[in-house]
Amino acid sequence: MSHRRFHHPENHAPFAFNKESDDLIAWWERKYPSERRASAVIPALWITQKQNAGWLSEPALRAVAERLGMTYIRVYEIATFYTMFNLEPVGKYHFQVCGTTPCQLRGADKLKDFCERKIGPKGHVSGGGKFSWVEVECLGACVNAPMIQINDYYYEDLSIETLEKLIDDFAAGKEPQPGTYVKRQTSAPEGAPTSLTDETLYDGSRAKPLAAILNAPKPPEESAAAPVKA
Amino acid sequence: MTETVKLIVDGVTVDAPKSYTLLQACELGGAEIPRFCYHERLSIAGNCRMCLVDWVGAPKPIASCAQTVGDMAPKKDGTPHEISTKSPRAIKARNGVMEFLLINHPLDCPICDQGGECDLQDQAMGYGRAGSRYTENKRAVDDKNMGPLVKTIMTRCIQCTRCVRFAAEVAGVDEIGLANRGEDAEITTYLEKSLTSELSGNVIDLCPVGALTSKPYAFNARPWELRKTESIDVMDAMGAAIRVDARGPTVMRILPRVNEEINEEWISDKTRFVWDGLGRQRLDKPYVRENGTLRPVSWDEALKSAAAMLKVPGEQIGVIAGDLADAESMKATLDLAGSLGAKSIDCRQDGAKLGLAADGSKLPRESYLFNSTIMGIDEADAILLVGVNPRKDAAVLNARLRRAWLRMVPVAVVGERVDLTYDYGYVGAGPDSLGELKSGHPVFDQLTNAKRPLIILGQGALTRADGAAVLNAVSSLAANIGAIKDDWNGFNVLHTAAARVGGLDLGFVPVSGGKDVAGIMAGAQSGEIKTVILLGADEIDTSKLGKANVIYIGSHGDNGAHRADVILPAAAYTEKSATYVNTEGRVQRTQRAVMPKGDAREDWAIIRALSAYVGKTLPYDSVVQLREKLAKDHPTFLGLDFAPGHTGSGVAPPYGVAGAMQSSPFRTAVSAFHLTNPIARASRTMAECAELAAGVSPAVAAE
Amino acid sequence: MLLDKDRIFTNLYGRHDFRLEAAKQRGAWNSTKELMQFGPEWICDQIKASGLRGRGGAGFPTGLKWTFMPKVVKERPHYLVVNADESEPGTCKDRDIMRHDPHLLIEGCLIASYAMRANKCYIYLRGEYIREREVLEEAIKEAYAAGLVGKNACGSGWDFDIYCHHGAGAYICGEETALLESLEGKKGQPRLKPPFPANAGLYGCPTTVNNVESIAVAPTILRRGAGWFAGFGRPNNTGTKVFCISGHVERPCNVEEEMSIPLKTLIEEHCGGVRGGWGNLRAIIPGGSSVPMIPKEICDSVLMDFDALRDVKSGLGTAAVIVMDKSTDLIKSIARLAYFYKHESCGQCTPCREGTGWMWRVLERMVKGEAEASEIDTLLDVASQVEGHTICALGDAAAWPIQGLIRHFRQDIEDRISNYRMGRPHVQGVTLTAAE
Repeated sequence: MSHRRFHHPENHAPFAFNKESDDLIAWWERKYPSERRASAVIPALWITQKQNAGWLSEPALRAVAERLGMTYIRVYEIATFYTMFNLEPVGKYHFQVCGTTPCQLRGADKLKDFCERKIGPKGHVSGGGKFSWVEVECLGACVNAPMIQINDYYYEDLSIETLEKLIDDFAAGKEPQPGTYVKRQTSAPEGAPTSLTDETLYDGSRAKPLAAILNAPKPPEESAAAPVKA
Repeated sequence: MTETVKLIVDGVTVDAPKSYTLLQACELGGAEIPRFCYHERLSIAGNCRMCLVDWVGAPKPIASCAQTVGDMAPKKDGTPHEISTKSPRAIKARNGVMEFLLINHPLDCPICDQGGECDLQDQAMGYGRAGSRYTENKRAVDDKNMGPLVKTIMTRCIQCTRCVRFAAEVAGVDEIGLANRGEDAEITTYLEKSLTSELSGNVIDLCPVGALTSKPYAFNARPWELRKTESIDVMDAMGAAIRVDARGPTVMRILPRVNEEINEEWISDKTRFVWDGLGRQRLDKPYVRENGTLRPVSWDEALKSAAAMLKVPGEQIGVIAGDLADAESMKATLDLAGSLGAKSIDCRQDGAKLGLAADGSKLPRESYLFNSTIMGIDEADAILLVGVNPRKDAAVLNARLRRAWLRMVPVAVVGERVDLTYDYGYVGAGPDSLGELKSGHPVFDQLTNAKRPLIILGQGALTRADGAAVLNAVSSLAANIGAIKDDWNGFNVLHTAAARVGGLDLGFVPVSGGKDVAGIMAGAQSGEIKTVILLGADEIDTSKLGKANVIYIGSHGDNGAHRADVILPAAAYTEKSATYVNTEGRVQRTQRAVMPKGDAREDWAIIRALSAYVGKTLPYDSVVQLREKLAKDHPTFLGLDFAPGHTGSGVAPPYGVAGAMQSSPFRTAVSAFHLTNPIARASRTMAECAELAAGVSPAVAAE
Repeated sequence: MLLDKDRIFTNLYGRHDFRLEAAKQRGAWNSTKELMQFGPEWICDQIKASGLRGRGGAGFPTGLKWTFMPKVVKERPHYLVVNADESEPGTCKDRDIMRHDPHLLIEGCLIASYAMRANKCYIYLRGEYIREREVLEEAIKEAYAAGLVGKNACGSGWDFDIYCHHGAGAYICGEETALLESLEGKKGQPRLKPPFPANAGLYGCPTTVNNVESIAVAPTILRRGAGWFAGFGRPNNTGTKVFCISGHVERPCNVEEEMSIPLKTLIEEHCGGVRGGWGNLRAIIPGGSSVPMIPKEICDSVLMDFDALRDVKSGLGTAAVIVMDKSTDLIKSIARLAYFYKHESCGQCTPCREGTGWMWRVLERMVKGEAEASEIDTLLDVASQVEGHTICALGDAAAWPIQGLIRHFRQDIEDRISNYRMGRPHVQGVTLTAAE
């Protein structure tokens, strides 16, 4: 892995928060004690990256630092430490292909090869700014392997065929649905369910007030009597 | 008494204070614990893993630097914990860590400036393998720019983060970081900008390997070829402990020594990197001006010319001592001036209104010393800065002030609003704000309620025309807030010149009826003063010496020498054993590291020789005799390395002269930190730093 | 086999709405106020009695952990931080809880916070879980609107604020102190312990960090009784657990099952068995990428719980079962995990920073066979020098999969090396190997 850093930051366009980002960052800042505004740095960088076409430019990084009263180097450390921050431009559709073992076992290597053929080398933007792809580490959707995160959402249980269709759809300006691309409900096994088929779970019977709290402490007078019994 | 815990370290029972780390406790027991990231004066990172020790009973070896002794829960049977620093498990762990450190460390020791004083090299001798088991390619890391002082060879970096922690914690400039992660982690400044701290050079000492080395010193020498001389710094009035490393006749570098009472183990960049100025612009021969040009002459001729110039009535002679003048030369000059009947004598180039009362009598030492001592800052619980920018006036002292602030001690400022590397309450810009400090003002109340209030009065407030009134006001304030007690004196004057306290102690001030620096210059212009002796005085406007004959005694071809009619070449502070008194009143002595340049001689000896030429031979033939006389006339010079602190004469404030103050704001005394004296002005390194500082911080340049 | 009526996460697959009304139908937020009426100690006692062990990997008893918090709130507020930085390869259970049953989690946060006298709770989601965060934020909003959280939460008299926070791509932030660092707006580098978070955690205040699943099961445990929960699984390994089965099974899935269920039963009942039948099984990583793999012979009979897996030198970890059939290049699978750990090392401690890259590079060569047989022992030794010598457990986690591989499949590596040499007479030592 090459070092993550800004390349030619002197060429980066100036950055200013738009109203939406501004409000959103303010909302995040309110989640933390007022003297702990730095806590909002990851969300703020993320919002900033969103506003800045999916990548974090040098002026954008400084804007976040100034906004949160942090030094540039501390924010830079964070931007380079966390891999979701892109320090170079990415495609309009940024594919993050999970390559870790659970996905690898179910064909992630083929998806990677396909991306390389169809989109181009890792980390390069192609298709007139539309596409880029990178390999990432486990995205936590292992029972739906292999999978790809495209911008914000997960596309799961992919094959080369479904991936090709996805790319073509994006290229054609469509917005394909995230989620699984085989016949199953999210993380449930394909085919007939093996659990959660009991309809009484959902009929409201569980919403009835509890008859009693189990293991409730005994009232004081009874517990006072207890030692005698012992 | 500090509470202690009993431990058995390699079979040796030790009583370790509870605040100790296990590493320190092991050292108490005589064990040697290797370490890279751990440093006594920085926060604990615990990341290098070199200090692993075996805590008998623990499932795995533990990092001794990160374990506080007081946190080790007592054993159930009451027996002391046993620590083994030499068990097979501990040794294996350390060998492993060393191997990991070395697999990606380049084999460039032969061309590495750290060679010979490298922690990694040294510890690899103890814990390294004979050969490498690592057959992959080694990692290469791009070098980063950190400015003109710190050279980086980042492939050598072992990511200990000492430099990151120093910058953030001690220097107070959050400028170095560890970017990226895992094996790609690399030390950098933001976009490779230069460091802006006045203390940046200390990261070179802190770096345990050759990743951060001295740029000016690069490839100049090997540590084992250097002659090491312990000495005292004169770049400011703190008198930091230094070691001067020389090879042959040349000073190759300057390093800090530990002196807990002054500089701990830090020095400013000026102290560290001024050494190239010692080899440039040097006066190595006597000169006499003839028809407007200086001609090199013999000592005999030069001294004759000087003596001739001094054949005028005493009241026509002016004597000014500069900021680097040592006590011996000032004493000899004073004695000579006395024998010539000269009265216009002054060591206060900057015109500071210190040392003399309105009636011309001498003020007590407490009126111009840093009475609470530098160590006293660690005890202070409320601080007021008046007309001082400690970051420039005494950069290392500023780190101590910052530490006080980190302890939540409130700091307030009257003076320029500058970045001190810590937050402060801003009272105002000038004397008017001093007037506001009365009961009811939050800062006044803060100081009054403090047990150890501390006021630092800077030269920026004292060199003004109303300096005596400011001194009076601030010393009164110190008395009013209760800063002066039996066991504490919180009234402090922070000097910027190494020579100044010594000069004031000697009484190097106008004798009754004599003129001060301004008076001498006015006299020279009016013709009243015919001859001026400049003892290394380069910070006065030498163009305003009229037609007076100027005898310059000093080491560098700076302002004084340019105006001089006779130049008597003298020694720089690294070339003589000389006495200086720091801002605390602490008498310290430099040691000779190299010989004076060319025909130059030690300053006192020049004056002694001159005294013979004017027929008033001074009564000492050696520096030892001179020091005896010095101590006899001025007993404060008897005790070396001692700061009097609150044990003064007991003459209570106010000092100075009560009077009206102007409302103009206080200005910082040191405008260009890197260029305050002739040695620094001769240094290319300092020139580069000064340019950078001016460019980086326009506010400074505008001053 | 667990019955549906005893499943806690009844909307694990999102067949029903995640929102408040539907969640209430399923029993969430039922009698929460009453569950809180007996005070924090009672709650801790119930959780202790249930035998619940932390579901994030280490398996520390949850009730006990809660009691480490100071009993009285002094000047420093208490915090509950929920670890939803689910990043352990193979693991995707918390994701389902957050996107399909978020109200169980929020209710759990209230109860756990109250038990630890915390008025504030942060849920730290991994940055990539954007959909999950959107759902959770919506659920939190609903809970606030319904008065279930906020001032006087559920009418209990306890003020409780709950917030989502997110990371941005760093496995190490799943380590509790790295998570706290990250939440404070720093790099996710684990802290030295002591001080432990219960003493000085978030913002230097007493803090407990719990896994999503540990927190989300708490309300149901209280509602149905500690004994009910303790009735599943073997002693010391009680309760129900969401398992994630990925890799070479016919139908990978998440499923909530009883603790101590036989591994084979789990796979055959819920995943349609191993691809190509049980006989086609090679090895299984039973608890997420950090635990050593176990070969088929052990898989045949091992139970899925903390103690049984510990006894076979592996671990339950996050109960993420990664199945590898006979077609698997085990060296490649472990090399990929080694790359993962190299990629995710924070770079703080020397052994992990340098050792993870070393181990990965050696393994990459071993995948091709381009190594010396003696390097297998070197690799083991390097792994042992990383293990136990770092601030956090990532070093251990990087070493264990490799140790597992060599422990059970050393022959695979040796064969790969010999085969590589066989075809290349110029490789030094080939004659010797061939002659053997």
